[in-house]
Amino acid sequence: MDNGIKFQEYTESTYNFEECTKCTVCTAFCPVLQVNPLYPGPKQAGPDGERLRLRDPNFFDESLKYCLNCKRCEVWCPSEVKVADLIQSARLQYDTTPPKLRDRLLASTDFMGKLARPVAPVVNAVTGLPLAKTAMDVMLKIDRHRTFPKYSASSFEFWLKRRRKEQAVFSEQVAYYHGCYVNYNYPQLGKDLVKVLNALGVGVQLLDGEKCCGIALISNRLTKEATKNAKHNVSVLSKAVESGLKVVTTSSTCTLTLREEYPSLLGVDNSAVKDSILMATRYIYEKLEQGAKLPFRADFHKRVAYHTPCHMQRLGWGIFSEKLLRMIPGLELTVLDSACCGISGTYGFKKENYETSQAIGEQLFSQLRAIQPEVVACDCETCKWQIEMSTGFPVMNPISLLAEALC
Amino acid sequence: MRFDTVIVGGGLAGLIAGISLQKAGKSTAIVSTGQNALHFFSGCFESIQEAPQQVLDIFNEAGIRVHYKPGVRLMPMGTFKESALSLDDVSLFPTPQFGKRVLIINFMGYHDFFSSFLAEGLEKQGMECRIRFLTLGELTQPELGPNEMRAVQIARKMDDVWEKVVQEVRVLLKDEDTVILPQVFGLKDASVPTRIRQGIPAQVVFAGTLPPSVPGIRTQMQLKKRYEVLGGTYLMGDRVTGAHVYQDVVQNVVTKQLDRHYLEADHFILASGSFFSKGLVSNPFKIYEPLFELDMDYNQDRNTWYNPTFANHQPYMGFGVKTDANLQPSRKGVPVKNLYVIGSILGETHPELGSGAGLAIRSALKVTELITK
Ligand SMILES: Cc1cc2nc3c(=O)[nH]c(=O)nc-3n(C[C@H](O)[C@H](O)[C@H](O)COP(=O)(O)OP(=O)(O)OC[C@H]3O[C@@H](n4cnc5c(N)ncnc54)[C@H](O)[C@@H]3O)c2cc1C
Ligand code: SF4
Ligand code: SF4
Ligand code: SF4
Repeated sequence: MDNGIKFQEYTESTYNFEECTKCTVCTAFCPVLQVNPLYPGPKQAGPDGERLRLRDPNFFDESLKYCLNCKRCEVWCPSEVKVADLIQSARLQYDTTPPKLRDRLLASTDFMGKLARPVAPVVNAVTGLPLAKTAMDVMLKIDRHRTFPKYSASSFEFWLKRRRKEQAVFSEQVAYYHGCYVNYNYPQLGKDLVKVLNALGVGVQLLDGEKCCGIALISNRLTKEATKNAKHNVSVLSKAVESGLKVVTTSSTCTLTLREEYPSLLGVDNSAVKDSILMATRYIYEKLEQGAKLPFRADFHKRVAYHTPCHMQRLGWGIFSEKLLRMIPGLELTVLDSACCGISGTYGFKKENYETSQAIGEQLFSQLRAIQPEVVACDCETCKWQIEMSTGFPVMNPISLLAEALC
Repeated sequence: MRFDTVIVGGGLAGLIAGISLQKAGKSTAIVSTGQNALHFFSGCFESIQEAPQQVLDIFNEAGIRVHYKPGVRLMPMGTFKESALSLDDVSLFPTPQFGKRVLIINFMGYHDFFSSFLAEGLEKQGMECRIRFLTLGELTQPELGPNEMRAVQIARKMDDVWEKVVQEVRVLLKDEDTVILPQVFGLKDASVPTRIRQGIPAQVVFAGTLPPSVPGIRTQMQLKKRYEVLGGTYLMGDRVTGAHVYQDVVQNVVTKQLDRHYLEADHFILASGSFFSKGLVSNPFKIYEPLFELDMDYNQDRNTWYNPTFANHQPYMGFGVKTDANLQPSRKGVPVKNLYVIGSILGETHPELGSGAGLAIRSALKVTELITK
């Protein structure tokens, strides 16, 4: 009787592409297709194109590079076709042109961080100078409108290592995958997380030498380097998980990369650690749901608009950040219609994408201009750069808002 | 996470149930694997012969413009169908002879709108038709790119330039009393079709295109927005993969993305749609409901599932989950106490509730009443 079901299991296609019913739903929502006529769109670039590429790799189309990898097509597809994965894997597999120097530079978040941090004030000053920006624009084709994220003079890892003893006194412990942004650009977010978790009676540890998750390497087609990072990270994550620790994160993109992109795009098996990697907002929400209490200030007041980053939407975990923000007394929350901010990691930094990037973001920016929030809450660092640059509203991670609302 | 009610499936049925439960003060969550049949919605609510105030209120409050006027509507291929309740985009006429001379407008290069079939159909009704193609800069290759022209892509441009279309039509209009335009207007703003009607000195009729449906997508967005404004939690892009049932009571459902974080509730509603949405699944041996393995109402003999003449009524469309008068299902003959089934997953098992959108709306309201009682 059940032979039929098995039969269907055996016919499962890579990234589910044969499940595509050609319903066109994805084309109605792709943010790039709405503004960039050069892009063929998710249906054509994804399942339709895959059929042709399987037959003859020459059908690979260079315009696939315009895909943001925002994954919104996958969220809307009723047939669970992994449209964005199809497109990204085609780029990794079929695009044989060597990545540009600029793309290598933008992708090397770790390398740039290590290089820049000891001389942070100098780098910040230089990358901020009009002349340097023009040079980057002309020579490297990094758009001059972009402000580079500032590099912090002291890394988060350095800060937390010095507090190893005081963290060890907590009976409950978690490991924190902080990512490059917290480490090099914005250690304050990491410090905020430590404050909140400590208030819950949880101590925070570093992993045994994490590396950048590698999403920027993936989107710039540096597959070898990305796979190396992935294998390294899975091994240090395994160590933590084996010793009974949960791993928390504060960036939705790092989280999606560690949990989904490793097996899906790089073929790196993460099954031993996947379920233990949680966004901090989910971890904290679950603690509070189980009865833990946080000491909230009585005089906190803020009008906040929550923006669900694309990768948070794909994870399906925006609900945890939203419910957590709603628990903060004195926080007035508006949840924005989920729309892509347009930057998508290194994508928006590239000169050829600047206009597309801003046009995509407009849907979100116009909502913000109408609401005029005091703060925009969001779990992604690249969204933060994009929203701050484009609208001037300050952007904070929900964890930082939580930290500010505590006694 | 705990709610009063968790709804599986966010199509028309799930959204109407969610909205009416939120209005009744209940906390609800909807989990939905992507989009739903509203993306193919003609704009006309099937099998609604009367329009209860409750239904009109839900639409009005969501900003969805509907009108109730029993009669016929024009189909995309120039035929007519009896209808009573539709979005304002779709005109309802007392008889098929809605005009004498008709100007049919299409866009140059757009193949998803069947202007010549429309003309043929209308001429059969004794109407005189003239077809004209508009060439708009906004719809040329460099603007729209290598993609084929689709209703939504055109609609996005039309949101900005619909006034230009009005001007062009005014120039083209001679002695015609009626103008037919493709349904590609007002993706963002539901008032645009009305404003186009005001701008053209003739009767304006919008006719359907191939999917996706512009009024359908707009309606889906408006209902989802309304649901969220009422405090509902819509989990888009997640799939319910299983449930824990203890002593014939559903305790919680498990989703793909939330994995070990179960969604708990007092009541659960299954609104997962028909075959197209995978609410029902068929293989060469059986037809089943994949989530709870509920008892089904269908003929086991595979040869009776379909009618070889494609255009005929297909028996499989009638198959559905077996439920009692309160739309409650059973497993191996044992009723599941706090589970309800609504929408197209019911097939034609409850003819008294109608079919299509009528079934989705009626079953959703019925279950809301049972749950809030
Ligand atoms: C192509 C087409 C055109 C139609 N046009 C009309 C029309 O013009 N007028 C009319 O009256 N009727 C029309 N219908 C009939 C239509 O089925 C109903 O009108 C109505 O929209 C059905 O709504 P529903 O909510 O029951 O199901 P659906 O709209 O199918 O929604 C079900 C949803 O549940 C989701 N789902 C399924 N399984 C799971 C799971 N395990 N976990 C989470 N989510 C899940 C699906 O992804 C889907 O989003 C049409 C149907 C089709 C297929
Ligand atoms: S939404 Fe999914 S099924 Fe529909 S066309 Fe796109 S990939 Fe195919
Ligand atoms: S991932 Fe985003 S940009 Fe790429 S095809 Fe999908 S929706 Fe479009
Ligand atoms: S997502 Fe995180 S770890 Fe990955 S590149 Fe960005 S900051 Fe680095």
